[in-house]
Amino acid sequence: MTPTLQHFLIISAALFSIGLLAALSRRHAIFILIGVELMLAAANLNFVAFWRFGPVTPQPVGVMVALFSIAIAAAEAAVGLALIIAVYRHYRTTNVDRLTSMKG
Amino acid sequence: MSGDFLDQIFIRGKQWLLSLLAGSPDLLLQIASSLINIAAVMGVFLTLFALISVLERKILGRIQNRYGPNRVGPFGLLQPAADGIKMLIKEDIVPLRADKVVHFLAPLLMVLPAILALGVIPYGRNMTAFAIDGGILFVFAVGSTTELAVFMAGWGSNNKFSMLGAMRAIAQMVSYELPLTLTVLPVVMIVGSLSPDAIVAAQGGYAHGFFPRWFVFTPWGGAAFVLFFISGLVESNRTPFDVPEGESEIVAGHMTEYSGFKYATFFMAEYFGMFAISGLAVTLFLGGWHAPLRLLEVVPSYLWFFAKLSALLFVFIWIRGTLPRTRVDQVMNFAWKFMLPMAFTCILSAAVWHYQAHGLAGWLWSLAVVAGVYAALSWLLDTRRKFAPRTYRFAE
Amino acid sequence: MSGAAFIAIAVLTLASALAAALLKKLIHAALCLALCFVGVAAFYFLLGAEFVGLVQVFVYVGAVAILIVFTILLIAREYDPPAPFKWVGAFVALAVFTALTWSILKTTAPAGATPVLAPITVRQIGDSLMTSYVWPLQCIGLILTAALVGALVLAMEERP
Repeated sequence: MTPTLQHFLIISAALFSIGLLAALSRRHAIFILIGVELMLAAANLNFVAFWRFGPVTPQPVGVMVALFSIAIAAAEAAVGLALIIAVYRHYRTTNVDRLTSMKG
Repeated sequence: MSGDFLDQIFIRGKQWLLSLLAGSPDLLLQIASSLINIAAVMGVFLTLFALISVLERKILGRIQNRYGPNRVGPFGLLQPAADGIKMLIKEDIVPLRADKVVHFLAPLLMVLPAILALGVIPYGRNMTAFAIDGGILFVFAVGSTTELAVFMAGWGSNNKFSMLGAMRAIAQMVSYELPLTLTVLPVVMIVGSLSPDAIVAAQGGYAHGFFPRWFVFTPWGGAAFVLFFISGLVESNRTPFDVPEGESEIVAGHMTEYSGFKYATFFMAEYFGMFAISGLAVTLFLGGWHAPLRLLEVVPSYLWFFAKLSALLFVFIWIRGTLPRTRVDQVMNFAWKFMLPMAFTCILSAAVWHYQAHGLAGWLWSLAVVAGVYAALSWLLDTRRKFAPRTYRFAE
Repeated sequence: MSGAAFIAIAVLTLASALAAALLKKLIHAALCLALCFVGVAAFYFLLGAEFVGLVQVFVYVGAVAILIVFTILLIAREYDPPAPFKWVGAFVALAVFTALTWSILKTTAPAGATPVLAPITVRQIGDSLMTSYVWPLQCIGLILTAALVGALVLAMEERP
């Protein structure tokens, strides 16, 4: 069996759903970040899979988008974790359901 | 020609071994070929590890005016075997409150990247175990996973000294990864490839018929080599940058709670890391397996590689025997205030050299860039102007 | 060969991703996340995009995983009762997965599918980055600098 485009798409769909599960079910800020990272990885996998199995283009668009998205994800993780630390310092909790001071 | 035969003897040996399997499916041949490569690299470097571990103790002994190990076997050469047996039969202690799985996996993850990094280095003509297009990036990618292993060792032990040591180690490894990566960039820029084989090939031949074209002989290459070597010392946690395991402050850092064979694995990881860094330095700056003179090209290429590797390993040991340990703040300040600007200067200097067509004018200009920035930095970072001169009241 | 490798990598990636999402201890989840990233990098290797795979390991395992682990270290000092697991999320995730799989299986692959593409070389990527993608590259540099400064300002000790 040679893996085809659909195999990769199903894998990345599963990865995306697991990320969604982590972000929705676990109300801990770091688990939400882990979920977001998983979803980003799934999207990247899709880009590279479409580049590999799609029509030949003069520029490797899928690879480029994946590279840029990895760079953005690194920036996102840094800022997100800094936010988590700032929130923890202020409220002494990382459970996002308890950050309710803006609730009317 | 006999020189050529000796040069390619290992390649021929591998081809002969593979010819025994002729007629079998391609998949089997590929696997056999990979297994032979892995066995060769592991065999050579495990032997070198045993040899260097006893040589280090002997050289340190000489530096400190004593004999070093000389009881087991001729000249103490069987000492590694005795050490190995001792490590194997020692009790393996796992702390009660330790995170068992993480504690167990840390030493394995520590030694894995160093072994993987050894795979992409060209050891001689046509002798690269794992030739990959982005070989240099591969070394750094697997090397960056070491930090995670250090953290696992520190966290898994559930001990404050382990945790402090791991935090120190990660802080300095992250800081020095920048200069380590940036000093490789000039070489990659000039060669135009990330493949170690291409980098070695670019350093072949001789200028004016006798002077080797190694990158260490250009101003930017020389500066980058020194910076790379210092960063390598930090990355492999060797003296004078071994603050993560400073005995006088935090017992043994992240290795405090390890005993027996797990400790031996950490020891092995340190040495394999040293081999990987030295091998990379030889590949990038010291011309890889090329001979220093045209006359000496009859000597097989892999012997040249291992001669250079041994020379660098000797410098590692020499520095350990000579320099005292630095302080934590000194290590970090040095990284961000000196190493990083100098690494950027190397890139600039390489660009100048490139646009002066690699000639004498370019050589002088790039030397001027490096020397100028070095002088400016050392003037800026000079602390003597801030403090009163130290007076020795009792030591006169 | 390729099929066996695909199945092995898929099992590794999905299992470690599930572990990252469901494990109780934060540290274990973060370490499993690192393993999952290695699995995704292996997928890139399988797809012939070696460079992306190496960058993935370099950035995610070498930097992002370390950042997450350090944050856990900084915030897990006091006892913070774990949040209860919400089953709604599991149902939503399952529904999304079913819908995605259904639509993937119903669609036929694009007509120009050419599975014999040569692996992309570093030189090609470098050429593209320096010609067609110069502006995105500069923007990434700007974003990374901004993120660096922003993260520093956010995480700095508040001084009255």
